[in-house]
Amino acid sequence: MTAVETKLAAATPAMEEHGVERRVLAIRLVTILFLVVAWEALSHSGLFYEGVLPSIVLIASALIDLLTDPVFYRHLAVSGTEILAGLAIGAALGVPLGILFGSRRFLGRVVAPYVTALATTPKIVFLPIVMLAVGIGSESKIALGALSAFFPIILSTAAGVVHVRPVHLNVGRSFNLTGWQMVRKIYLPSLVQPILTGLRLGLGVAIIGVLLGEIKLSSAGLGFLAGDFYSQYRIPYLYAVLILIFALAVAANTLMGLIARRVGSQAPDALR
Amino acid sequence: MRATRSPALVGLAALAVLCLIAEALVAGGMVSPLVLARPSDVGPAIVKLIREEGLIRAFFATFAVTLAAGLTATAIGIPAGFLLYRFESFGRAYESWFAALFAAPLVLLYPLFLVIIGRNFMTIFVMGTITGTIPIILNTRVGLSSVPRPLINVGVSFNCSGIQQFFKVLFPAAVPDIFTGIRLGLIYALVNIIGIEFLINFGGLGRVVSDLYDRFEIPGMYAAIGFIILVSASVFAVLARIEKRIRPV
Repeated sequence: MTAVETKLAAATPAMEEHGVERRVLAIRLVTILFLVVAWEALSHSGLFYEGVLPSIVLIASALIDLLTDPVFYRHLAVSGTEILAGLAIGAALGVPLGILFGSRRFLGRVVAPYVTALATTPKIVFLPIVMLAVGIGSESKIALGALSAFFPIILSTAAGVVHVRPVHLNVGRSFNLTGWQMVRKIYLPSLVQPILTGLRLGLGVAIIGVLLGEIKLSSAGLGFLAGDFYSQYRIPYLYAVLILIFALAVAANTLMGLIARRVGSQAPDALR
Repeated sequence: MRATRSPALVGLAALAVLCLIAEALVAGGMVSPLVLARPSDVGPAIVKLIREEGLIRAFFATFAVTLAAGLTATAIGIPAGFLLYRFESFGRAYESWFAALFAAPLVLLYPLFLVIIGRNFMTIFVMGTITGTIPIILNTRVGLSSVPRPLINVGVSFNCSGIQQFFKVLFPAAVPDIFTGIRLGLIYALVNIIGIEFLINFGGLGRVVSDLYDRFEIPGMYAAIGFIILVSASVFAVLARIEKRIRPV
């Protein structure tokens, strides 16, 4: 094979891949265009009650209004604080308990059915208990966020503990490490990936828990804002705030995914 | 001696101890009965819920909507997943969008559907269907894409038509992954349906909890929440058991 033929052979798959990427991009653009046209057609069709499907222009205008209004950022700050506080509390409880239940096999088997049962239950139904216990203010949303985040974190951490390499545990024991030293020197470094996965999943459900709690009963936050627009029938604003909530949730999830990948790629091979 | 202890029995014993502690805390006046229901009041409250609040009817209402949403999600999700597998460029174009939707808080869309459809079972059904469909689409595509090449080649060597190839080779090989999607879809649908029932105070089990909280019937509310936990856990356990049978080791 000549040098030219070799180069051509190497270039062909790359060219094919480039062609596929262009096709994928074209499909995405055509899909977006189709959705926009279909939306506008439906919004002007008279098939729905007036204002239920507002024109994209109205939604875009509401979006700009929201983004340039300081009130929106105050609500964003409230929700952000509640979500992060909920996630922090969920992690502060979920990680140590996950290590405990994962490392103590019998204890893990005792609590597993209860943790699984509670993990699969819609957390929003606990809102009444939470409100009775801590009040109807921000605390109840933080508590609901913490309750939501707790389960994916504890489950992911406990599952990770099972996969900690026995050789690492034996090294720790041979050095006569105390319980706390075992956690700090052996478990936590080995559990970076499962904990980050738990945090990513926990963040997603904490966002849902907090915002649903705000929609149900609150006086601030993005969930409250959505509920307020709904009750005032300001539909373009309702769409706008939901678009922003979705964008923020997807961005937060992507960011956590990137952090997990970056930290994972930096972990020593032995710990992966 | 240690090995003979059953985790289930120890778990039940621990639960009984927790109930006794809760009973003592409320009886001793350390926790208000308006915050924590006495476990001894929760048991009789379940009977009252069944007799007077229509708990069983509410259960069947939630169950029926979940089943309808799950079946619809399956009917949409499997063909959609197949199309994304069959037309590779479309699969690559849409997969990340569906993955983003999977991570997005779709349940928060419910006020929009209240506006578009109204406060009725259709809104609950649509929300359940939307949340249930995404994992089925994603898992169907993953399942079909993971079918080993030799299996596909066997189908080709037997001159199978497109439909035969799908029903005799692709689908059976992808069933475990597809069922994982259906399991996730059903659980997501159930969780979201109960959540929306609670939020809009309409429908089955979620509505019962909301009603009882509004009337401040605390033992009944605890009993209803306990019942929801039991239902969710049972659905999860049954689906997990079926999946274990389907999925090869």
